[in-house]
Amino acid sequence: MVSQIIFLILTLAAIALFTVNFRKIIRNIRLGKDVNRNDQPTKRFITMMRVAFGQSKMIVRPIPAILHFFVYAGFVIINIEVLEIMIDGLFGTHRVFHGLGGLYDFLIGSFEVLAFTVLLACVIFFIRRNILNMKRFKGVEMTAWPKSDANYILIIEILLMSAFLIMNAADAKLQTLGAGHYITAGSFPVSQFLIPLLPNTENALIILERSCWWFHIAGILAFLNYLPYSKHFHILFAFPNTYYSNLEPKGEFTNMASVTNEVKAMLDPSFVPAETEPGKFGAKDATDLSWVNLMNAYTCTECGRCTSVCPANITGKLLSPRKIMMDTRDRITEVGKNIDKHGVGHDDGKALLDDYISREEIWACTSCNACVEACPVNIDPLQIIMELRRFAVMEESQAPASINAMMGNIENNQAPWKYSPADRFNWAEGN
Amino acid sequence: MAELMAAGEEPEILFWVGCAGSYDERAQKITRDICKILHHVGIKYAVLGTEESCTGDPAKRAGNEFLFQMQAMTNIEVLNAYNIKKIVTGCPHCFNTIKNEYPGLGGSYDVIHHTQLIQDLINDGKLKAEGGESFKGRKITYHDPCYLGRANGIYEAPRKALEVLDAELVEMKRCKSNGLCCGAGGAQMFKEPEKGNKDINVERIDEALQTNPQVIAAGCPFCMTMLSDGVKLKDKEQEVKVLDIAEITARANGL
Repeated sequence: MVSQIIFLILTLAAIALFTVNFRKIIRNIRLGKDVNRNDQPTKRFITMMRVAFGQSKMIVRPIPAILHFFVYAGFVIINIEVLEIMIDGLFGTHRVFHGLGGLYDFLIGSFEVLAFTVLLACVIFFIRRNILNMKRFKGVEMTAWPKSDANYILIIEILLMSAFLIMNAADAKLQTLGAGHYITAGSFPVSQFLIPLLPNTENALIILERSCWWFHIAGILAFLNYLPYSKHFHILFAFPNTYYSNLEPKGEFTNMASVTNEVKAMLDPSFVPAETEPGKFGAKDATDLSWVNLMNAYTCTECGRCTSVCPANITGKLLSPRKIMMDTRDRITEVGKNIDKHGVGHDDGKALLDDYISREEIWACTSCNACVEACPVNIDPLQIIMELRRFAVMEESQAPASINAMMGNIENNQAPWKYSPADRFNWAEGN
Repeated sequence: MAELMAAGEEPEILFWVGCAGSYDERAQKITRDICKILHHVGIKYAVLGTEESCTGDPAKRAGNEFLFQMQAMTNIEVLNAYNIKKIVTGCPHCFNTIKNEYPGLGGSYDVIHHTQLIQDLINDGKLKAEGGESFKGRKITYHDPCYLGRANGIYEAPRKALEVLDAELVEMKRCKSNGLCCGAGGAQMFKEPEKGNKDINVERIDEALQTNPQVIAAGCPFCMTMLSDGVKLKDKEQEVKVLDIAEITARANGL
């Protein structure tokens, strides 16, 4: 009875804490500007099923794709087991679903196989990150925390899967000993190999089985609460993020409606624009970005596929699309913390541009869309870069001198170079 | 266009030349080759001549939405006044801007890039590869322009134009949706690159040269500049030619 109460309190506390932190993230995302992404629901649903559920964009790199699929499928399916653990924990039962008979044996057996593949994939991932020295996992933005974050996730998953397998092994041995309530249930294709390593006394086995059971469920609850602080949040947000992703051609940049009104008024003096609230052009801080940009930032799992295909980054420039996303997340989280501490409207004197992302970074972008194409969950770093450029150019008139010259040429000569418009048709005279 | 209008006629298609195609000496050759192809197949086309003006693409990618929309609306006024319905562009940037960004500002046209036009003509049997220079067996590698490829998903049209040559088409490691930018997009064409350890066009040329090509095919005047500069820098001008799809097509047909 005591353990049931402890279990109940633990579960409720974990869910409550997660809800608080989850709602903070939603609140932070809502600090972004409005943008309508509710059109074409069927196409959006299909995109989500293909990209997030079907992992279609992972296939480009087959080795991590297969390993990632093991972890993904394993984690999703093994969570059915968590349902049983929950019921057992709350009602003091043991393997409550054993009544399913053959099906139960099949389920437990497949969970074991999946747990093993998850374990194996995580070990390989750990080696890739820490021993193979792969370039994709390095870079200026991969400081101590992002590196530790990635390792914590892998270690937690390895420990959770190990606990699950040891628990089953102990249970299996107790079943053969005919101990207490350890009824014969389940099949143990993986953990059977662990049985010879376990102690032989019933008491020691029960202690082992119970500790692993508690470690497994407490670990899952703790992991749940780690998510809001971690890049691993993508396991939840990959779905809405792909659902609300851009469906238009990648080359199409938004036409700013606020500018359209002013330009129309300039070209046609009789045009009276509808009253709109004055806002700034482009983005200086994370709150000037759209909620989709901010959701992108919380979805990013820092895999670095974007950065590894970025022509600027490949040739040694400071720009890294992954850093753009990480900076955006860090900044909007900071803005959220300021709201928690000081209330809405507090100005900490910082902004996304300059305090997080430098001018050198945004001006190195070729707008080639390679980062957008590469992202397995349809994150769009380019849009953030463009919004920052818009602020620098339209609000501050701060562009590199040669860019200003190019724009001056367009204004005066209707071409980005300093040629006379009267000479535009001269090409027809050459050979 | 003004002359055609005065004569009370309408063109089948408007050829949007673009700033590079109008002023850049190298790109002017491509412009003339596109005209030769149009003439060869007997399409009634027109150009705006001095009435054409920058689409505003470089201004928009640089973040100057004001300048972009000023250019766009001025151009849309001209195009609508001439009742233009179909446009072929010589540049993927003009193509992307007019096709995707003009409709929201009141300018909706059927826009194609010249490689799409060439593909259509080949499919319709109006254009072949005969009567001119033979590319048979020659090694050609095609560089995907970002604003044609990733930006608009056009990968097959330019390759179709090369397939009819009976040439040996070799792909670079990074091609199609994974193609590497030449380094000119996003208004980079008009500025010095940021500090780094290599120029992007050199990175791309190194990759292109690994395929041992005789011809590097391009579909964009900016890529043309970047790739030609790269080949020059590598001192490979004699062995490797950088040619636009339109130039290759014109040559193959002896135009």
